[in-house]
Amino acid sequence: MLESILSLFNLDFLYAAVRMAIPIILAATGEVFLQRSGIFNIGIEAMMIFGAFFGVLGAALTGNSWLGVLFAMLAGSLTGLAFGFVVITVQGDQTITGTAFSIIGLGLTSFLVRVIWGIRKLPVMVTPIERWPVPVLSEIPYLGRIFFDQSPLAYIAYVLLILATIVMFKTTWGLKVRAVGENPKSAASIGINVIRVRYLCAIFSGSVAGIGGAILSLSELNMFVDNMSGGRGYLAMASVILGRWHPLGAALGGLVFGAGNALQMRLQAIGVPIPNNLLLILPYVLALLIMVSVYSRSGAPAALGVPYEKETTIE
Amino acid sequence: MPNEVQENEAGSRNIDLEHLDLLVRRYGRIISAVAPVTAVITALLLIGVLIFSLGKSPFEAYKALFVGAFGTLYDTATSLTRATPLILVGLGAAFAIRGSVFNIGGEGQIAIGGLAATLVGIYLPNLPGYIHLPLTLLAGFIGGGIWGAIPGYFYAKRGTNLIITTIMMNEIALGIVQMMVKGPIQEPPGNYPQSPQVLPTAVLPLIIPGTVLHAGFLLAILFAIILYVVLFHSPLGYEVRAVGENAIAARHAGINIFATRVLLMVIAGGLAGLAGASEILGSQLRLRPAFLPNYGYEALAVAMLGQTNPLGVFIAGILFGALKAGAGSMQRATNLPMNLITVVSGVIILFVVLAKIMTRLPRYLAKRSAGGGSGDFLSRLLASKSLKGTPHA
Repeated sequence: MLESILSLFNLDFLYAAVRMAIPIILAATGEVFLQRSGIFNIGIEAMMIFGAFFGVLGAALTGNSWLGVLFAMLAGSLTGLAFGFVVITVQGDQTITGTAFSIIGLGLTSFLVRVIWGIRKLPVMVTPIERWPVPVLSEIPYLGRIFFDQSPLAYIAYVLLILATIVMFKTTWGLKVRAVGENPKSAASIGINVIRVRYLCAIFSGSVAGIGGAILSLSELNMFVDNMSGGRGYLAMASVILGRWHPLGAALGGLVFGAGNALQMRLQAIGVPIPNNLLLILPYVLALLIMVSVYSRSGAPAALGVPYEKETTIE
Repeated sequence: MPNEVQENEAGSRNIDLEHLDLLVRRYGRIISAVAPVTAVITALLLIGVLIFSLGKSPFEAYKALFVGAFGTLYDTATSLTRATPLILVGLGAAFAIRGSVFNIGGEGQIAIGGLAATLVGIYLPNLPGYIHLPLTLLAGFIGGGIWGAIPGYFYAKRGTNLIITTIMMNEIALGIVQMMVKGPIQEPPGNYPQSPQVLPTAVLPLIIPGTVLHAGFLLAILFAIILYVVLFHSPLGYEVRAVGENAIAARHAGINIFATRVLLMVIAGGLAGLAGASEILGSQLRLRPAFLPNYGYEALAVAMLGQTNPLGVFIAGILFGALKAGAGSMQRATNLPMNLITVVSGVIILFVVLAKIMTRLPRYLAKRSAGGGSGDFLSRLLASKSLKGTPHA
């Protein structure tokens, strides 16, 4: 048994780990920005499921799955905008608002899917986005198979991740985001528009989480299934915290969860004498254990979760 | 730099707004009582527009929903039965929110409470009902309480993010229940993922014969009263509110914040566990996977809609229970998928949050008009220049 378990950790396993991590990594990349700007967003689950649904809707309407991805991005951005309005402008409680968004996301998508395609009918199928090995890069031994033999959406995730890291730490824009999350009052005093920065982060976060959701429905599968984000948004949030609010750290966190998921599926496949449902919770147990063992608030944006009240006359 | 922009304070135009703001603050209590009602009405209007835009009649849909929820004694009893777990979980959540502890873990605590109650309900035979039933309910409370205490401990001790840990605990609890009903406690011969029925000595009696309403509802009433008294008329309630309003001041006043926070998670988790237990012992009689789907999250909505006041939570719980009970009737009458009800729940919470706008708008407008002078543009310009010249973080 032990040998067959050890033999699981091969190239295919690593490939699957990356594949399953990509949606989480995408969502986490956006969430890093939002949290760095001071907003805690549980509604990320809603952004993902809207992405998954509108991705399929767009693909079904236009007959082109890439336009579906565009729909998903748009749906995610609008969700981000709406979330931003509630927590930034109205200064609503971020936890409750996020929960409300998650409930609406779950309810509205499973409602619309039935309204559009019938209450007791099979869901509509669309042309999936096939995996596409990158020429040259996919020829690299080991790494090629693991990273460059994936869905094209994965490559978008890589590029976004690198860009996000550069923007966050090497540009004025990133500096503004971090300033707003650390101390919005002093950020405002040097002329940064706190409200605008937070809105942009919310919209960005929504659009990439939307792509993350679209991967599930347009690349992993080719249809929408109720509750198909299945808690990946929450794993993305955990990744952000585990990754110490650094995009690359968050991506690493996402990889850990992807690996947990991949491992769970392979253990099931070879039939280890552990009940499937215990294996299914493996990523969550992993997340919980890491959280309670290494968590500290150090590194968290100081103003995370605190609404920003505009100073009397500035701006 | 920040000082120069505070000069142009009170213009003449915003006096009315300041006055309005003052009024809003003075009558805050009334507004906070009106806010939930406004939120529900606004949410129903918005969903009505959605229904209308789908070519259906919102009136017909809401009528079917209402008739389905309260049309007959049986329907009303069903609504109250659906409301029971929502009220119990919502009470715990509301109590915890008073102490600034947000329990998103209701989902998992319900599951573990239900599991614990099922185990005691099945495997503790030969007891008289008056011992077995209380013991089974207690098992549910303890199960949920432990499930709340674990994230509560790490939150109170080290500030570990409660939202993340409770969500993880939810997924883990649901997995454990699934595993149990497909394995160790599956009913023979094993055709369905469910446990055997609990023993008759552990079953909650029906309180209106011929309906589904069981004694769990009485528990909900009881705990609403208890929590109301504790929250507003006891030293513990005072401490909880003190921690919720200002943890640092509470610490200086000698309140043990760590203990209060853990206790709040135990109470919130315990009540959620009790909700799971009462659902199993009164309605479903056996454990199934995800036997109260989404109730944990919706209970948070119930807590907010009830303005975290135990009596308000009770009313809000009945409203949400009625939505669930009437959903089927609405689907049959109008062919609108019953998932719409989930959307209604979510939108109601959202409008509860948005109701803050009523109290904030005058202040916001006052500030806006105060800041509308000509110095504003200049200060902004100066500020934006200074940003470019400052290489700090």
